[in-house]
Amino acid sequence: MLLVRCPWCGDRDEAEFRYGGQADVDYPADPHQLDDAAWGEYLFVRANPLGSFNERWVHTAGCRRWFSLVRDTATNEMSPDIPRRRESR
Amino acid sequence: MVADGNTPAPPERLWRNPEPKRNYDVVIVGAGGHGLATAYYLARNHGITDIAVVERGWLAGGNMARNTTIIRSNYLLDASAALYDHALRLWEELPEELEYEFHFSQRGVLNLAHTEQEVRDARRRAFANELNGVDAEWLTPDEIAEVCPILDTSPNLRYPVLGATYQRRAGIAKHDLVAWGLARKCDEMGVDFIQNREVTGFLTDEDRVVGVRTDKGDIGAGRVGLAAAGRTTLLTDTLGLRLPLQSHPLQAMATEILEPVHPCVVMSNHVHVYTSQAHKGELVLGAGIDTHNGYAQRGSVHVVENQLAAAVELFPVFARAHLLRTWAGTVDVTPDASPIIGPTPYENLFVNCGWGTGGFKATPGAGWVFAHTIATGAPHPLNEPYGMERFTTGALIDEHGAAAVAH
Repeated sequence: MLLVRCPWCGDRDEAEFRYGGQADVDYPADPHQLDDAAWGEYLFVRANPLGSFNERWVHTAGCRRWFSLVRDTATNEMSPDIPRRRESR
Repeated sequence: MVADGNTPAPPERLWRNPEPKRNYDVVIVGAGGHGLATAYYLARNHGITDIAVVERGWLAGGNMARNTTIIRSNYLLDASAALYDHALRLWEELPEELEYEFHFSQRGVLNLAHTEQEVRDARRRAFANELNGVDAEWLTPDEIAEVCPILDTSPNLRYPVLGATYQRRAGIAKHDLVAWGLARKCDEMGVDFIQNREVTGFLTDEDRVVGVRTDKGDIGAGRVGLAAAGRTTLLTDTLGLRLPLQSHPLQAMATEILEPVHPCVVMSNHVHVYTSQAHKGELVLGAGIDTHNGYAQRGSVHVVENQLAAAVELFPVFARAHLLRTWAGTVDVTPDASPIIGPTPYENLFVNCGWGTGGFKATPGAGWVFAHTIATGAPHPLNEPYGMERFTTGALIDEHGAAAVAH
């Protein structure tokens, strides 16, 4: 089981959390300006890297707050750094 | 591999291990079940035999070695029923055609319903199956008890079994033997298997792919077909081609070898476990993905715990079995839980991916339609709805939403 570091509650078992996928995927500023391909990409396409991944978790069985962390998808190693906001895709 | 006395002794060699040529008409990436079946049907149906199947590990050592071998076609939607039932009909022909006994056993699958809503959904699915020519029956708890006596059908469970759909033509097969049978026939027809060679990217000439880059040198190709499952996006990302895939760990497990106790396949979406008993005698169990993305081929123990709790509740006798192994593969999941099979913006690059948790059952069907797509450059009618453009048009094949199907 992964040990996930909640920024407010500390290290807790993965079972206390829900996963939220890629971080920093913003709702389009003006959705009506998007064509179908761009809207489809916003809805359905997310990064799927082998290696470092900036992702969302929510501490459902704890403080119920959302946060981001950086995890290596090959090793599950989680970076102790607070992720910097990256440009969304 | 002796238990039932029918398993053929493995012959010394089923395929060559050739050095790759510089060029092939078709390069297939991934020598799992789908890659093998694609090579097989390219040769058998389309007369294309100048094929290399390039594999980063060993033949059929990825998800083909890790699945729970369930074969069924009782899907709700028309496009799904057509694709999976075509695959099931091919499974019925394959043992004879491959001249290789791979223990395809049509022992039937029970899909349990535990709530009133599940009963309604399951009966709707059974009616839809009948309309699509897929065999389906609705069984009451008493009828279920006759099919699978070890299943607890009493009203005492937290989620009592209220009924089940039953597909008699469904079953299991011995996954390794399927791969070996396909590989042997491909090899006889001249297909080269290039193992321990990882494809890392593509050779391109403007909007054409003209070969693959590997960790041990380039290989030229007239056409390239991806059958790389969980690692598909690692390749397509190198072209800037973004696919709606997320790779997740999917775990399965097996007990010690037991006397035959479990006569069929049982699946429960609600308490979420699926089980069968392998020919050798292990109880084989699986369920859903670990929710996080990952390529570690390793999942978390709480997922295993949930499955086992569900299994022991449904099958009280399982409490006495010892779990011997758990393992995980990496599965590529799409937003609508249906695969992507079709052309790409690169005119000679084709993808077969996104099978998520349910690719094994489709092995021959996927190979058939993907071979057609590669050979003709256009999808077969069965995979026409499965192109990547559906994520732009919105014409999804929403098996998750429609049927809550665990694969």
